[in-house]
Amino acid sequence: MVQNRPFLTFLSHAILLLGLAIIVFPIWLAFVASTHDAATVSAPPMPLLPGSHMWENYSTVLFGGAGKGTLNVPLIQALLNSTISALGIAIGKIAISIIAAFAIVYFRFPFRMFFFWMIFITLMLPVEVRILPTYKVVADLGMLDTYGGLTIPLIASATATFLFRQFFMSVPDEMLEAARIDGAGPYRFFKDILLPLSRNTIAALFVIQFIYGWNQFLWPLIITTKEEFYTMVMVVGRLTNSVEAAPIWHLVMATAMLAMIPPVIVVMVMQRQFVRGLVEVEK
Amino acid sequence: MEKRVTLGNPVLPYMLLAPQIIVTLVFFIWPAVQTVIYSTQVQDAFGTRTKFVWFENFSRLLSDANYYSSAQTTFFFAILVTGVGMSFSLLLAVMADRIIRGASLYKTFLIWPYAVAPAVAGSLWAFLFSPSVGVAAYALDKLGFNWNYLTNANQAFFLIVLAAIWNQISYNFLFFLAGLQSVPRSLIEAAAIDGAGPVRRFWTIIFPLLSPTTFFLMVVNIIAAFFNTFGTVAAITQGGPAKATEILVYKVFNDGFRGQDVGGSAAQSVILMTIVILLTVIQFRFIERKVHY
Repeated sequence: MVQNRPFLTFLSHAILLLGLAIIVFPIWLAFVASTHDAATVSAPPMPLLPGSHMWENYSTVLFGGAGKGTLNVPLIQALLNSTISALGIAIGKIAISIIAAFAIVYFRFPFRMFFFWMIFITLMLPVEVRILPTYKVVADLGMLDTYGGLTIPLIASATATFLFRQFFMSVPDEMLEAARIDGAGPYRFFKDILLPLSRNTIAALFVIQFIYGWNQFLWPLIITTKEEFYTMVMVVGRLTNSVEAAPIWHLVMATAMLAMIPPVIVVMVMQRQFVRGLVEVEK
Repeated sequence: MEKRVTLGNPVLPYMLLAPQIIVTLVFFIWPAVQTVIYSTQVQDAFGTRTKFVWFENFSRLLSDANYYSSAQTTFFFAILVTGVGMSFSLLLAVMADRIIRGASLYKTFLIWPYAVAPAVAGSLWAFLFSPSVGVAAYALDKLGFNWNYLTNANQAFFLIVLAAIWNQISYNFLFFLAGLQSVPRSLIEAAAIDGAGPVRRFWTIIFPLLSPTTFFLMVVNIIAAFFNTFGTVAAITQGGPAKATEILVYKVFNDGFRGQDVGGSAAQSVILMTIVILLTVIQFRFIERKVHY
């Protein structure tokens, strides 16, 4: 702040509080709805303070079901599936990107830049635009309704490779020289020097990719037909607009809460790494 | 920029690159090539025979009124989500940059929506505005406004715009805040000493210096509005009522998976791919410029 202007400071707080209210209100309302019974929620206006049916609703959703027909399945499995696929995607992306960047930065070999551009191209091909053929590939490989099918097609990452490349470029050459004089080969150099130095980058990428993986909707929607492989976000989307029946809102909102709590916790707990990482990744 | 010192090993780099390259080839490049091939073919009703038809799918698409209205919806959608979302986020970021007390608290809550999936965001807003039970719908009704987004096309469009903006706020906010914090304080102080008030300082110094961030966010928001909002649309309207909210990426899915029109859907994908490639190239040209500052 350059000048002290009490009125402007007051105005800033007022605007921020208003913005905050707009942003938090839908989430608050979802939480409130998830703590009331069906009759209370379906008789407008619904109360704006939490009710007493919280545990009942959440256990119904987790161990019973929140919808009708094929969607009426216990969601504890979906929660587990989302966790597995989000972790798989985040860790997979980081693992294959860090070694790819290591190869591109620290080795000289034919077709190096060709491979680099090949990875770069993935930036331009979001899953939504190549959905049908990708589905066919996964079907042909027998990966429909598998954890492999949920994760592997999404783990190629240009952004992660770029970020690691950028970071490795900033590591002083003397590090490698010193390591070589001490007799370290590529493996030792990678494990004992690069990996520990990359800790912050890895943490930032983990948050971003975990959320990316958890929040996938279209991909799990088309490649899973069995309820054992449903993911939370996909279930929420389908429950909200199912053709068969009107949503059972108090249970749908409990499901929505469960679908957003894990990524929100990850963002909150790792807020600092996340914010720095996000701005850095895109720079 | 290249490393002076490197590790010599003829085989190892290929092994290190292999996982990434295999995934890229199998799940990205091969399907993309297939998309281009499909876009030049028609399949019969059983999907058993295909015929090469040159650009017939494209010409069919470009003479289809539905496609134009979908494209139009998408452009309006992208413009609104980008314009309104960025303005609102910039306002919040400028305010958060000004204050000292409580800044981190505001920030903590403002980044929540980033973690919420587009489909879940769609669900929250659909509930809020549900004609039968929604709190906002109830309030609108009390104000004498006839609200039913399930039958009214404009209302449905308004709702997906709102949900999409809400989802993008955190991202815009964080980038604007980072941009604002990198504006040199000395410039602002000098302007203040010369007698420029806060509004004038914003428009003549801060806003121009923010232009790289603004431009970058514009591209990101357009891409997000084109693609990431699939989940939002699927959860709230499924493209309805009467295709009023069928944005391009939803149409690709709908025609390909529901309508079984493989060629037409692939032709749409090719057009969308061209749009992403153009946007990505624009973005990278700009980033290169930024590096030369």
